[in-house]
Amino acid sequence: MQISATGIGKKFNRRSIFREVDFSVETGEVFGIIGRNGSGKSTLLRIIGGLLSPSAGSISYGINGTDVSVEHLHRVMGYAAPYLTLYEEFSAAENIALYAKIRGLQKGSSDIAALLDRVGLPTDRKDPIRAYSSGMMQRMKLIFSILHEPPLLLLDEPISNLDREGMAVVYDIVAEQKKTGTVIIATNDDEDIAQCDRTLRVEGRA
Amino acid sequence: MLKQAFAIFWKDLASELRTRYAINALLMFVVVTLAVIMFALVGETLSPGALTGMLWVVMFFAAMSGLSRSFVAEEERGTSMTLQLLATPTAIYLGKLLFNLLLVLALNIFIVLLFLLTMDQFTVAQIDLFWFVILLGSIGIASATTIIAAIIAKANTKGTLFPVLSFPVILPLLMAGISATKIAVEEPMWDTVWPDLQLLGSYIVVVITISFLLFEFVWKD
Repeated sequence: MQISATGIGKKFNRRSIFREVDFSVETGEVFGIIGRNGSGKSTLLRIIGGLLSPSAGSISYGINGTDVSVEHLHRVMGYAAPYLTLYEEFSAAENIALYAKIRGLQKGSSDIAALLDRVGLPTDRKDPIRAYSSGMMQRMKLIFSILHEPPLLLLDEPISNLDREGMAVVYDIVAEQKKTGTVIIATNDDEDIAQCDRTLRVEGRA
Repeated sequence: MLKQAFAIFWKDLASELRTRYAINALLMFVVVTLAVIMFALVGETLSPGALTGMLWVVMFFAAMSGLSRSFVAEEERGTSMTLQLLATPTAIYLGKLLFNLLLVLALNIFIVLLFLLTMDQFTVAQIDLFWFVILLGSIGIASATTIIAAIIAKANTKGTLFPVLSFPVILPLLMAGISATKIAVEEPMWDTVWPDLQLLGSYIVVVITISFLLFEFVWKD
């Protein structure tokens, strides 16, 4: 997936977070957005994901030369972030089944078990995920982001709350995604940055 | 889009059955309100018209006490972003509308049955017209409150804002609904009720159409 951003700026009320951000990302790239706390990394990632509108500038998306509109971005994009909340009253399997159903995907119990297994979560737990630790919840968010095998994967602080094994899961997903798609990571972590082919430093106001 | 909407509807239904976010509040409100009305009316004789007004007051405020939950719960739990990442705004609106419609229909049937059981003076002359008006009124309340709930979900003062914003929007529906119900209760004549039914039908079409057009702007930042 190709992404091209020109002159992106964001203001909340009258306060400017960042401005004149330009970048482009190609298929097969892992692109990092770095910057100090409060510089606007997550805000920029949300804008790229179509979850926030930019105050200035524009972003275009394309897959093999075909334009993708922001309205249809959710179909081709996976997103995982610490501030993303899943439906905690449902079990892990119920959550995955629900997301698959909304996305119109056919996922049987074996597919769901395979996804849980891939991120190192137990396949036999039936209790609501509100009982999960923050690391387990982060693994659930990774499933949420890759369930529909999107060409574009946006990860905000992907290794937050994860142990070494969990970090290996994230980097495995990133490496797998890189073969056919695009990954954008917003991070401050050196190990995350080491996964990136290129980085963009956001110099927003803290 | 329809499949997405039904999936969101089932999600809301399953979630509601587990968390009882809205159901408990609604049932408590209805039972307490009807009990207060019964205590207040001991020994009093009210006209069917006044009782019809009371029925609609209970239906309106019952809706106000629970129907905002569909969107407010998503905001409070922080799951609105999850929904944004899963489905189109149109599918989300339709799914929420279907859920609110089921909730308000079940609620209004419960209210009417309880009202008929407890209010001896409340008799209905033309029962099919009466239920038809209740059905149209329920659809109207669900359609108006769904879009208003989406608007107020992002505000800080959700609880107070919901009835304040809803009242002027629902007022035409209330007036036509009360008038049509009164006719069904007192004088079962289809020709006199026709303008009210037309207004109720038009209200539903207009509100749902406007909601579909506006929802994307309300839903996104």
